[in-house]
Amino acid sequence: MTDNPFSLWVYLSQSPLLWLTVTLLVYASTDAVSLATRRHPLANPVLHAMWIIGAFLLLTGTSYTTYFAGAQFVHFLLGPATVALAVPLYENRTRVVASIVPMLVALVAGSVTAVVSVVLLAELAGLPRDVVLSLAPKSVTAGVAMGISESLHADPSLTAVSVILTGIMGAIIVTPLMNRTGVTDFRARGFAAGLAAHGIGTARAFQVDEIAGVFSGIAMSLNALVTSFLVPLAVTLLVR
Amino acid sequence: MLSSLSLILLCQLIGEAVVRGLGLPLPGPVLGLLLLLILLLARDRFVLLARGPLRNEGVEMASKGLLAHLSLLFVPAGVGVVQKLDLLASHGIAIVLVLALSVVATLLATVLTFRLVSRLLRQQDAR
Repeated sequence: MTDNPFSLWVYLSQSPLLWLTVTLLVYASTDAVSLATRRHPLANPVLHAMWIIGAFLLLTGTSYTTYFAGAQFVHFLLGPATVALAVPLYENRTRVVASIVPMLVALVAGSVTAVVSVVLLAELAGLPRDVVLSLAPKSVTAGVAMGISESLHADPSLTAVSVILTGIMGAIIVTPLMNRTGVTDFRARGFAAGLAAHGIGTARAFQVDEIAGVFSGIAMSLNALVTSFLVPLAVTLLVR
Repeated sequence: MLSSLSLILLCQLIGEAVVRGLGLPLPGPVLGLLLLLILLLARDRFVLLARGPLRNEGVEMASKGLLAHLSLLFVPAGVGVVQKLDLLASHGIAIVLVLALSVVATLLATVLTFRLVSRLLRQQDAR
């Protein structure tokens, strides 16, 4: 029996178990709220899990390193999940092959727009060079973007944050924006969501429409491929 | 389930090893994705490969399980925002605006290109 509740807290707050549990519990609740609001874009589960856990860490004076010791088990799965995208790609291969031309052209247009627009806008906003470099790969999934950021000697943790922010904003904005453009082709809508907002956009696309989800997953994996080549090139050409 | 997860990890491991070994400018898991895709396609052609996780939807089920809660996997990295509060205090508004404008531009460029090209193709087919 511990002599006081405080020492129990000291013990638990340093253990991976507590932070892994907190991550899963908070996400399970924000996901339940999202479901209860019939997947309203503003009830984005990642957004709300992020600030609730963040506020909890600040309130308890827990460092991110301590938190991550527990949360890394979830974070680790980003790599295997990227590999797992081979399966929806494989299962929808006939449909994918049938729309291969519009997909590849949209892939090139989208990836170039994603990288060039963020680099130019960031330079225009007068952001420091290392911030510009860290923002450049923001449209691809976190694991990949952090790898790109590392190879540029930028700040992978800032890249991770900008990836998540991009994903959340994309997931919130995609449905109202697409309704306004009048595009009803769910292949095109999903493809755009996955390209611009990676896994968070893909999760959103699956909530809206099955086909949109599949095309979003494809866009996300293809964009990871293209952006890995594109960012180093764009950075050499565009960043002073 | 166990062998399916092992296969996914193995694809990633080979991907990482090849990328590191050859110094490719490409993330390991993306190469792993290509590897798994090639394996699945090869399985349909060569019966010999259809065993273990490549049989009875094994690796398919495991992958769908992983992808079912894809957005959860972004939470730990997202919480990293607590480390960047000083940077966000000085440049936060600019960063959020830049990212927001860029994501809108990217969404529009992608969806409009996709629709334009598929329309052009359909017109060509009609002729």
